[in-house]
Amino acid sequence: MDAPEPFADGGTWKGPSERLWRMRIFQALATGVVLGLILGLSFGTLGAGPGLGAGCGSFALSVVWLRFLHRRVRAWRYQERDDDLLVGRGVLFRRLSVVPYGRMQYVEVTAGPIERLFGLATVKMHTAAFASDARIPGLEPAEAARLRDQLAALGEAHAAGL
Amino acid sequence: MTAADGPAGPTGPGRGDAAWHRLHPLSPIVAVSRLALTIVVTLALSGIEHRHSSGGRTEVVIGAVVAVVLLVPAIVSVVVTRWRFDGEVLSITTGLLRRDSRQLPVARIQAVDLVQPLVGRMLGLAELRIRLAGAGGTRGRLAFLGEAEAGELRARLLAAHHGLDQATPEPPELRLLRVPAGRLIASVAIADVGILAIAVAATTITLALAAPQFLAAILSSASPILLALGQAVVRRVISEFGFTAAEAPDGLRVRSGLLQTSAETIPRGRVQAVRQVEPFFWRPFGWKRLEVDVAGGVANHRGGRRSGVRMTKTLLPVGSTAEADLLLARVLGVAEPALVRPPQRARWKAPLGYHFLAGGYDAAHAVTVNGRLRRTTAWVPLEKVQSVRRIQGPLQRRLALASVHLDTAGRRVHAIFRDRDAADSARLLETLATLSRAARTPEGRAPGAAPPMAAAP
Repeated sequence: MDAPEPFADGGTWKGPSERLWRMRIFQALATGVVLGLILGLSFGTLGAGPGLGAGCGSFALSVVWLRFLHRRVRAWRYQERDDDLLVGRGVLFRRLSVVPYGRMQYVEVTAGPIERLFGLATVKMHTAAFASDARIPGLEPAEAARLRDQLAALGEAHAAGL
Repeated sequence: MTAADGPAGPTGPGRGDAAWHRLHPLSPIVAVSRLALTIVVTLALSGIEHRHSSGGRTEVVIGAVVAVVLLVPAIVSVVVTRWRFDGEVLSITTGLLRRDSRQLPVARIQAVDLVQPLVGRMLGLAELRIRLAGAGGTRGRLAFLGEAEAGELRARLLAAHHGLDQATPEPPELRLLRVPAGRLIASVAIADVGILAIAVAATTITLALAAPQFLAAILSSASPILLALGQAVVRRVISEFGFTAAEAPDGLRVRSGLLQTSAETIPRGRVQAVRQVEPFFWRPFGWKRLEVDVAGGVANHRGGRRSGVRMTKTLLPVGSTAEADLLLARVLGVAEPALVRPPQRARWKAPLGYHFLAGGYDAAHAVTVNGRLRRTTAWVPLEKVQSVRRIQGPLQRRLALASVHLDTAGRRVHAIFRDRDAADSARLLETLATLSRAARTPEGRAPGAAPPMAAAP
């Protein structure tokens, strides 16, 4: 059913850290708990039954959601080639971006509060195009720093005008 | 930009004229004219209304106060602004409290535009706008100079930019085409807003005829919509009236405008993408509209925000196929890649758009055709491609299809090879990435293309 993926030959794909999956579990379950509490309490005004149902229901939903998240975490992959960076992602909508180093305007490394809790960082490569979306979440800080420096150096070497 | 990166400008002949100049003394009037006109008209109208009650004296006072409030800053800005051109750098200093001094090196000038508002035309004044390549949106603006002075300064700037003696007169422009007024009005009337306005008007009339007893209600609810639509149509006609395109030494020069005229330059080698739009009702006439995207500044990477990356300009408001092809050839060079249609099964994914879907590429350009009712053709020079993406949605995966996007600077146009065979699209992605890399390298670049800038981080 699946047609061959581009760039299937050669080159090693790397993925985000294993901790990204743990972070996603945390995020999903935390969302489930919070949502469950809110819904449970508000439906609880109608009676104990609906309250418990709504609370447990939304928590169960977040557990089901995890199945999908797992595949999505697995789908993230990137490959540094000689002239460009490949970033693939998505399960339902599969995306693969080719971003030439020469087109890179700047690299951004961000780490939100939850990412920091799990010791992770996101690397984002910006080009002049708004549609370019070369983002790699859930990297080990060391790998994120290496990638940032690498991309910056390569960007300078390949720099091309608009 | 033929001699763009040469040593910056001549040194000899221009040196003599390094004196500071001022803007034209009538500039404040032109600067406030548009706003003032609106206010005067409003005041006059309210004055007529209240004639009987207050005798109109308050309106005169208010008018005078408004005039002073508007004029004083304009006068101050003209008094404190000076400019100088020494053959290499155009310096503009302005500002009363916070001095702002700009140096615009001729070597990096990308385009010099002349804009004339209505009052400016009556007084013989013109605004000069200078755009630089690269440098995060830096631009120079001289508002206003005398017509002759503005023309002369532009000729000098362009001559210096091309490394010629400044006394060289501006080479004559070669007029390529002119859009007749009748065709422009007709085309605006049957496209987008125009057709909507006609539809609303027709509905209003039908309703009014069907239910004359509700005439007042129908008219009062329809008139604001009609007014707004009519305004949009009229604005479009006015701004694109008398459109001409001419071949100038620095690119294509397009002039247009009924009240405010502008002469803009679409610099060679700066075109990021060209889009040809054919609205549904234009197709029987074979009319086409061309828009180009031109790189203005580059993203400001220090601030982390992208600003002023691109400008969309009208290259042809409405024209025949031959005219569109002529301009396309001037802007892109010859770009006629063979178009390939997606497989038949893409009809399931895009039942309305399938009949137009096509795409093709050669070593220098990619062309894609999209659209349901209006056909939109996008040309992207591979040299300008920012990134290539392949996206496959769930329905596409079921049908073994995928889309390939070519991103160019900015937000608006990008070429999409929609619903190609999945295996084809995988190859297409690799091929386009390789071709655009080759087109970017200096060897692969066309000789007339823009020089690389020290802009990337």
